[in-house]
Amino acid sequence: MTIIDKPQQTETTSEHGSGVYAAPNTPGAVVDYESRYDNFIGGRYVPPASGQYFQNVTPVTGKPFTEVARGTAPDVDAAVDAAWKAFETWKNTSVTERALLLNRIADRMEQNLELLAVAETWDNGKPIRETLAADLPLAIDHFRYFAGAIRAQEGGISELDHDTVAYHFHEPLGVVGQIIPWNFPLLMATWKLAPALAAGNCVVLKPAEQTPASIHVWLDLVKDLIPDGVVNIVNGFGIEAGAPLAQHPRIRKVAFTGETTTGRLIMQYASQNLIPVTLELGGKSPNIFFEDVAAAHDSFYDKALEGFTMFALNQGEVCTCPSRALVQQSVYDAFVADGLERVKKIKQGNPLDPTTMIGAQASNDQMEKILSYLDIGRQEGAKALIGGDRAELDGDLAGGFYIQPTVFEGRNSMRIFQEEIFGPVLALTSFSDFDDAISIANDTLYGLGAGVWARDGALQYRAGRAIEAGRVWTNTYHQYPAHAAFGGYKQSGIGRENHKMMLDHYQQTKNLLVSYAEGPMGFF
Amino acid sequence: MNESSGAPTTLSRVDVTDAAAELLRHLSASYGPLMFHQSGGCCDGSSPMCYPVGMFQTGPSDELLGVLHVEGIEPVPVYMSKAQFEYWKYTHLTIDVVDGRGSGFSIEAPEGKRFLIRSRMLTDEELAALGLG
Repeated sequence: MTIIDKPQQTETTSEHGSGVYAAPNTPGAVVDYESRYDNFIGGRYVPPASGQYFQNVTPVTGKPFTEVARGTAPDVDAAVDAAWKAFETWKNTSVTERALLLNRIADRMEQNLELLAVAETWDNGKPIRETLAADLPLAIDHFRYFAGAIRAQEGGISELDHDTVAYHFHEPLGVVGQIIPWNFPLLMATWKLAPALAAGNCVVLKPAEQTPASIHVWLDLVKDLIPDGVVNIVNGFGIEAGAPLAQHPRIRKVAFTGETTTGRLIMQYASQNLIPVTLELGGKSPNIFFEDVAAAHDSFYDKALEGFTMFALNQGEVCTCPSRALVQQSVYDAFVADGLERVKKIKQGNPLDPTTMIGAQASNDQMEKILSYLDIGRQEGAKALIGGDRAELDGDLAGGFYIQPTVFEGRNSMRIFQEEIFGPVLALTSFSDFDDAISIANDTLYGLGAGVWARDGALQYRAGRAIEAGRVWTNTYHQYPAHAAFGGYKQSGIGRENHKMMLDHYQQTKNLLVSYAEGPMGFF
Repeated sequence: MNESSGAPTTLSRVDVTDAAAELLRHLSASYGPLMFHQSGGCCDGSSPMCYPVGMFQTGPSDELLGVLHVEGIEPVPVYMSKAQFEYWKYTHLTIDVVDGRGSGFSIEAPEGKRFLIRSRMLTDEELAALGLG
């Protein structure tokens, strides 16, 4: 796969014979989960104030495999206290020291890539070939990118006049709250942690309650590297732990990835505390195939067919899932026929099997929601060209949460074209010409991602500039390098992640305005 | 699905199943009067978020779809952003509940339950009555 800039070669040590990784806590497993995880506050694990834990289920089989602290407001308070205490020292660390920490975390992750990949697949349900080739290599690179970015960051010196100088320094915000989604638990935590730590902040992080466990496997690997209190993890439910974190009067910023209603609630809390937010709230991304894509049946055409099929990556549980395919009418029938052939080849099965291309949806309620959209799609008159149902797998997998890759043909006004289903469900329609394509592409409340496929360079450029979205992949899709800004237009959110510009989202600007003049200004 | 009513006796855009009504009664005992706001977007999006009245500020950008009448508790208003409503206005929504976890800050998550929207297309008669025919 070429999901990252420079794919890393991974030596796999999966069980001989089948090549299928053993499930955690079974013979031959490369990783085992503890039976229980507490909150991590001030550099040590502490039981939740409530004394309560909740069971964590693997979507692979639908069965519980560990239990996790049910954190509440007192735990959040303790974590914020610990983070501020750590900040007294952490804020004065040199960029060299902070960059070194990030690089050491990256090295430790790289040495344990396979272990982390299996842990992530077990917690989330995504196929192991994605965690091995994308989630973990991207997370490792992300830490390294921000280690480099913070070293290269410059302040400013402005000579206002001969005797007056403005100095601009970057200073950390302090303690920040981060609420992590469940679709890429480790990678999304990394997107938030790496720039925050690089910039000199201390963090209180709340993992998603659907995927609360893999970050503790990560933490177990790196916690000896991180000064006490710099990273604190409070698990729990949104209403009990997330909301107290988001409205905590002593945090200086909230970063959230999720949906629009919670995004509004977080802004509401932030307005009460007068703090900034960054929000990444999803999308309904168009993937546009212009007619010249089909001018030849060459490797470029093959690449475009893969682009058509990218809606199934991560079971469609990606904020930028290319969930609307727009295909030009002149080549529609033939291109769609070839695209469906590619979709048919998606191998669904055990997420721990390296040949599996699509695994389990992350939770039962997520699967139920997708099924409800398959239902409304049919009711609205959309035609299922392939898939359209739950996938029934055998053996241990029978209790897991699996959905068939589905392609619906319909109109852009239908709800399945307008709402984020967050499943392997593609809404397919056609367009007549450039203006029609852009009009359909932009007829959405969101503007996070988009795809443009064309051989004509001028056409690519014009389309990319005309689409109202923060990221327009051109002749590619689903690449997430740390060095490219990611974020949304319209209702897809506020702010960006990735890229060195992300440092600004975790920094204050300190201006020292200094007069070197010998005498008074002359006013008094 | 346990529809609490078949064909609506009065014109309504929203309804609630018996199972969801039971959960609302249970939650209301702890939280008092409740409301829903339908989310859009990522992860837990496209889901009804249940909050105690007063927790989530609605405003001019929201549409009140209707009010759920659940025996034993205060009426439960159901909102959605106006922009999203433009795409939903032809559908009737029934709030149901499934086993699950996690839903932003929606209050049922700790119960191991998740509210879910079931949809059906409004009939021609209903659309006409709503001025959409």
